[in-house]
This record gives sequence, C-alpha cells and structure tokens, in this order.
Amino acid sequence: MTPLLTPDARAELSRRDFMKRSGALVVAFSAARVASDLGLARATVSAQGINGVGSPQLDSWIAIGTDGRVTAYTGKCELGTGLYTAQLQLVAEELCVPMDRVTLIQCDTSMTPDQGTTSGAQSHPTNFNHANLALACATAREALVQLASKRLGVPVEQLAAADAAVAVRGDASRRATYSELIGGQTFNLQLNPKAQRKPASEWTILGKPVPRVDFPAIVTGRFEYVHNVRVPGMLHGRVVRPPALGSTLVKVDEGSVQGMPGLVKVVVRKNFVGVVAEKMWQAEQAARRLKAEWTPGRTVPDQRTFHQHLRSQKATRDVMTVDSGDVDTTAGGGTVLRSTYHHPFQMHASVGTACAVADVQATRATIYSATQAVWPLRNTMATMLGLKPEEVRIVFRMGSGCYGVNGADTVSYDAALLSQAVGRPVRVWLSRQDEMSWENYGPAFVVDQRVALDPSGTIVAWDYESWTLSLGGRPGYNAPGNVVTGNLAGFQPQGVQPRSPAPAPTSFDNGSNTAPSYVTGTVGNRSGGCGVVKSERALTHTIESPFFTGPLRSPARLQNTFAHESFMDEIAAHVKADPVEYRLRHLRDPRLRDVVTAASQKAGWDRRPSPRNGNGTRRSGVATGRGMACVLYEGDNGYCALVAEVDVNLSTGLVTVKRCVAAMDCGPISNPDGVRNQMEGGIIHGISRALREEVTWSGERVTSVDWRTYRPWYLGDHVPVIETVLINRPDAEAMGAGETAITVTAAAIGNAIFDATGARVRQLPFTADRVKAAIDGKA
Amino acid sequence: MSVITLRVNGQTRTVDVDPATPLLYVLTDDLELRGPKFGCGLGQCGACTVIVKGEAVRSCSVPVQSVAGAEIITLEGLGSPENPHAIQQAFIDGQALQCGFCISGVVMTAKALLDKTPNASDAQIRQAMSNVLCRCGAHVRMLAAIKKYQQQRLERRTA
Repeated sequence: MTPLLTPDARAELSRRDFMKRSGALVVAFSAARVASDLGLARATVSAQGINGVGSPQLDSWIAIGTDGRVTAYTGKCELGTGLYTAQLQLVAEELCVPMDRVTLIQCDTSMTPDQGTTSGAQSHPTNFNHANLALACATAREALVQLASKRLGVPVEQLAAADAAVAVRGDASRRATYSELIGGQTFNLQLNPKAQRKPASEWTILGKPVPRVDFPAIVTGRFEYVHNVRVPGMLHGRVVRPPALGSTLVKVDEGSVQGMPGLVKVVVRKNFVGVVAEKMWQAEQAARRLKAEWTPGRTVPDQRTFHQHLRSQKATRDVMTVDSGDVDTTAGGGTVLRSTYHHPFQMHASVGTACAVADVQATRATIYSATQAVWPLRNTMATMLGLKPEEVRIVFRMGSGCYGVNGADTVSYDAALLSQAVGRPVRVWLSRQDEMSWENYGPAFVVDQRVALDPSGTIVAWDYESWTLSLGGRPGYNAPGNVVTGNLAGFQPQGVQPRSPAPAPTSFDNGSNTAPSYVTGTVGNRSGGCGVVKSERALTHTIESPFFTGPLRSPARLQNTFAHESFMDEIAAHVKADPVEYRLRHLRDPRLRDVVTAASQKAGWDRRPSPRNGNGTRRSGVATGRGMACVLYEGDNGYCALVAEVDVNLSTGLVTVKRCVAAMDCGPISNPDGVRNQMEGGIIHGISRALREEVTWSGERVTSVDWRTYRPWYLGDHVPVIETVLINRPDAEAMGAGETAITVTAAAIGNAIFDATGARVRQLPFTADRVKAAIDGKA
Repeated sequence: MSVITLRVNGQTRTVDVDPATPLLYVLTDDLELRGPKFGCGLGQCGACTVIVKGEAVRSCSVPVQSVAGAEIITLEGLGSPENPHAIQQAFIDGQALQCGFCISGVVMTAKALLDKTPNASDAQIRQAMSNVLCRCGAHVRMLAAIKKYQQQRLERRTA
C-alpha cells in the first residue's frame, strides 16, 4: 500500500471491513471496532449529536497512531470539487506533518463527526476557519507542544512543531516525536476555541496548488465510486417509477415477469415499486416488462404560460429580506424603471445516474451512498426501514458530481427498501429517465424589478419582488418524503405553508441573494448589504411546486443574481453610463469593488455605455459585445465578478461565448489551482445553464428525460477562453469558492448580448430563437 | 446464458451471461472493472466508452456477444496510478477533471481519434468530442490535456 492512503486505498480497506461484517450479528456499530478493523489509529468516536455541529471532543477529529501517523475525521466529503485534498492540506499544515503522513476519513456515521450536509460552498468556511476540523487541528498541535514542554522541560514559547515532532527552537536535537508524545493514546481534550491557527504567512502546504490526491486513481480507472462498491451476495435492483406526476399504484401484475431469468422478487411498498434480480441486465429487463396499473396523473399547468400561472397564485409563503418602509414613496416620483425576468426549472443532471449499495438486515443496515449528508440520511433511513438510527450506518462513497441534491439520497432509499425486502445486499443504479423525470429540480423564478433614479441618474430606491416554487428538498434529519422514493413509500414531502404578509425581518439574511448588491441591506440599525441604496425592499413569494425541488448549484442565488445584474445593466444603459463604473458608483463593499475592478482590468474593459456604438441597427452578420456581472455569494460567502465577451449571429440569434474573465475573493486561498478549476468549471456549467438548460413538460409528464431532450454543454461545443484572477486575503475568513462563478455567468452573458445587439433578453435560457426574437422585437 | 470469451486489456476472460447483455454490464459487474461507467445507457454521454479494435465504442449500447474475441481496452488497460499512460499523465498534469465520472468518455474517445489521426485538427478533435459529456465543466482543461498529449505524441514520433 502506498504511504498516502488515497481515497481508493481507503475504499479498499473499508470494503474489506464491509465484507467482514456483512452478515455478522452486530446490534449497533462500534466506532472503535470499525476504526481498529480499518487499521486506523485509535480514536474516540462516539455517536454524535444529530444537529450537525461537529463535535466538541478533540478525539472525534484527530488521532495520532503509535507510528506517529495522523488520522483525521471529517464530516465534509469530496463531491468532485477537491475538498478532500484541501482538507488533507489543512490537517497536514496545522499539525505540521507531511501530507503523506495524514489519513483522512470522510463521512462515515460509524466514525466521523456529524457535520450535517456537505453543501458545497458552505464546507470551506465550516472547516477552514476557527471551528471544527481546523480548530481541532490547532488544538491538537498546541496540546502536542504542551506535552513536549513537560517532557523536555522547556517552556512552550521555546518550542516549535515540525515534521511530526516538537523540537526546541534552535536545537533540533532536543525533540519529541508525536508518536512519543501521544502515539496510540487519546487526547481527552475539548476543542479549544482559543487555539491559534497557523498564520497564512507561514503556510507551506495549505495555500499551495497541491494536485488532487484522487486523480491518478480516477484517470486510470482504479478509483472506487459508489457504483463500484461490491459486496458478497449482492443482488441488483431497478425501480419502476409511476408513469406520470401524481400517479398512484392500483396494482402490480407479478405474473407479467414470472419465470424471467434471475428474477428474485418484485417489491411493492405503497407506491414504491422495484424488482430485484441476480444481475443488473435481468433486473432492467424485468423492470421494463413488469405490468403495473397506475391512476391518471396530475396535469401541470401549460409550460408556455407557466410563469403567468406562477405569479397569479393567491396563497404564497412570503419572505421579506429587507424593507426600509419607504420604497413606494421613493419610487413614486422621478424616473422609475421596471423589468421582469424569467428563469426556468433546471436540473442537476449528473453525468452518471445515482447509485447506492445497501445491506439491510433485521437489526442493522449498512448503506454505501454518495449522499451529501450521511448523518441526516442515517436518521431518515432509520425511519424508512423501521430501525433505530444507531442500527444504521451510512458510508459515503463518491458518486458522479452532484451539484446539489441529485438522486443520491433517493437511490439510497431505493437500494435499502429492496435490500430489506429480499434480506440480501442490493445495488440500485437508476436509469437515465428515472433520474431525470423525478429529481429535485432547481425551481423556476419570476422576478419583478423596479428602481427609482434621481436627476443625476443614481439609483435611490430598489424594489424586488419574486415568485418561486418549492416541494420537498433535502430530506434532512426527518423528512424522507422530500425526495421521490420516500414520497412513494408513504412519507409526505415538505410543502409550502402559506404565510402572507411576510413578517418583518429581524436581521439582514441575504443567503439567497434576494437583495441586490447595490442596497444597504439595513435591518434595525445594522447595514449588511454591499451597496448604497437606502430605500430598499426584497419580497419573495413561494408556492407549492408540481415537481420536487431542491438546492441546485447556486440555489435561488443564480436566479436572483441573473435578475439583479441584468437589471443593473439595463439601468446603466438607460442613464448612458458605463456598466462597470455604474456598478462601482453604487457599491461600498471594498472587496466587491475590488473583484469588479480586477476582472474589468484583466479583461481590458473599454469604458463606455452599452450597447456598443452602432449595434442595435444591423439585422445580419455577427455582432460582438461584452458584459459584466458581480456578486457577494449568499451575502457573505465569496466575491466574484465576471466579464463575458460574446458573438451574436444577428440572423440566427446564436450566441457564442468567446472569452470569460473572472476575479474571485474567497478569503485565504486553500488551493489556488483548485479554486481556478472551480471557477472554470462554474463558468462552463453556467454557460450550459444560460444557453441551453430547461426542464420541459407536457400534460402530466416531464419530457426532458435524456441527453437529447435536456442537452447540456458537450466537450465539442464551443468553449471560451477563460482567464481567472485570484485575490488572496490571508487574514480574512475562508469563504466558499465553488458556486460564485456560476452565479454571475448568465447575467454577464445576457449583458454582453445586450451590448452586442441592443436587445435585452429577460428569460433564460438564451436560446437562439429567443435571442433572435428579442433582436427582431426591437426593430 | 452462454459462455463468451472476451479479450480485455490483453487478457482472455470468459463469462457466462445472456449474450444480449450490454458489454458495459459485463465489464463492470462480471469483470469488476472500474473504468467504464454507466451514464445514460443510451449512447448519449460517453461515460462507458472503451476501445474495441481501435474504435471508441459506447459499451452500454453494444451486446456482449458482438465483441466476442475482439480486442477490448478499458481505461485501466492504458496505465496504472503508478505508471499512467501518456494521455492519462496529461490529464493528471493538467488537473483536467473534477468528479472524474466522465473520464472514460473523454480519454478513450480522444485516444482512439489520435491513434488513427495523429495530426487531427482542432475541428476534428471537437467533432470527435461532440457527443462526450462532462457536467463539471472541466472542458477547457480537458481539451488542453488532449492537445498536450497530441503534441507529445507527435514529438515522440519525429524524435
């Protein structure tokens, strides 16, 4: 085995453990036992609380083996963004050991702290600041220095940790290794909130472009994804979903599949139907052939007029983000501008369909899952299976990139229900259609924007009102019905409790970017916004969705930012101001100003109003334009500005994104190459969503069910030149880095289309037909 | 069920399966290979791509009996973590992926193209990749890695 325990090697170890334990009569999972079976350093890992706050016990996070190796336990998992490698860097840096002497165990309910959900952009701030994993590492290092102080009889001030040992400064011969200090023993300490993180100026591992430790195994086909987990006696399941939204099961004709080769069982639980067979091909054929009778479905309002339907709903769940109380007065006189923006339902559409392996027995269940939320899933899984939470072990294995709540949770339930019904381990991987028809889509939005301008053209009031939808979401700790399988098995999804009018806000929470960057965000006497506009209101209405919904990379933030940043551009054009200068005029947050300036400088932004002189009159040929958009993601979690340059074919409306220049500030950078990879990926993902992606439906069925009917950006599609500028803030708090660039992409492209053509497209996606119609409509 | 003999990554493997079983299922389940992945089962994404007799083939859409005896190469047949193939090394050097689930489609499609057409133009590369999907958006790095491999491959030939 290589000295560095790669995720693949770890997977091997854990698989052996799974095999060894499969079939054993164990009532509950002994963490110490599991850890020792894995050959890991001894660590105290007790059942954590269920609130996802990690653990106050140092031994839950860090263990030093007799050989001096460090084993760290984290509740934040690798989703394909590089977090595993970054966390290895963090542990190695804080504990002053080489990376290859660290073993990192991620997301296994029998071993790791309960850190709730690994929701992308929240993981970096959670584990890289002054709590959780980072604090545990700092606490452990200080504890080791103190132990060395006693052992060597030297005050701590004269000691320094390096290379898995603590030595007297200036006399390397007087040292004690971690192994000598505590190897094989527990710390028996609480996390110390006063423990000092290593200053970023001293980092030698964190902050460096360390290559991903999992890539060699992935690129050579050795990496164990959840799809590759194999356990002895494993059978294969397929699900049979209802044919239409809202259909319920009338009956299943088991005779329709009787005698099919390899068939083990047809499983029915309320509206959940699945088949189990010896082989996947057999399960797939049986699922296809099984005759089931369902009630008619529920017709969804016509897609062409859906946005009108959405805004016409009476009973809505209302949330007021900010309200200065004077918007109607301020916006009553002077110049008032209005626009409405439309965003479609979009889906996660992971490249691989969801998969899970479950082994459910009478009083214990082990589920290998690509869930973002092992601890919450453990609870809802127990509910689904009628077990106690402590009888369920959820083990994370990476799946296909998820971008939010894709099918990972629902397929975990699928596998578990089927395994429980047959009493043997079952793997399920969903068909493409099963996944795309029933996933938790990112919801549609309608946004009305209104501003008032003073005589100088400066914004004095900003009024935002939106309508969106919700049904289900992450199952959390207690709502298995929030995803399709839980719902089919009889659990209700979280719907929408109407509440109108919205209660007054008690603090400025811009977590969904409902308020634009240009307002002060004043609630009480605190101003949490990035801008200067004092007269401000942001009101959101949510209605129950006909489809399951859930967080999709930059949930609601992308939709809102599209509306804010497009509108800001319209206002700038109205007053004939340069879009960058006009933004800066309304921004007071220096860090947001800095990314705007950095991106525009790097892009060679030509200061002038949009549209480009001469555009807007031609009807043929290709027009070129540039657009800017910026955001402080979630109001406090990462700054990004993007300049997009596009060509628009004026005859066809086809948009080609030629160049993107992004600047980002996510505080102290943990891995600059990883950040750039996230920015580049976010921009391409953002282009795909801006130009192409839209969930479609007809009557009672979703019709975007494969890669022909929901066609994202392929590798052969035009790819822009992407340039990235990183602003490192070593002394600031760590912020998110994975969801900021995608948040501004659609708006920057839309603004560039306007700059090129003089036509404003207020509805996503920017399909050629839609752009062409906007160009023609302007004539 | 019938006994079928396959040549996979230079080894002879015998399986007893329904001859209509998609090649992908045999590779992943009967032979426990991890390179090719199930993405759609429809031949639309490329995640299951293997090279059969020099051609990039969507293994989800090929019955196993149709490739009996043919030389099949999967991602793991190119190189190992300790000794990656040059095209795999180019992806590692360029950190040219994110979740990596799509990587068989990207690497095997590009390799099959460049084996046949070492001087492939950018347009030919784009054409070959036109039905290969990466959802993390690693496109820029992936295309750069393919170009780098192509360059190295051409240099080696002339050296």
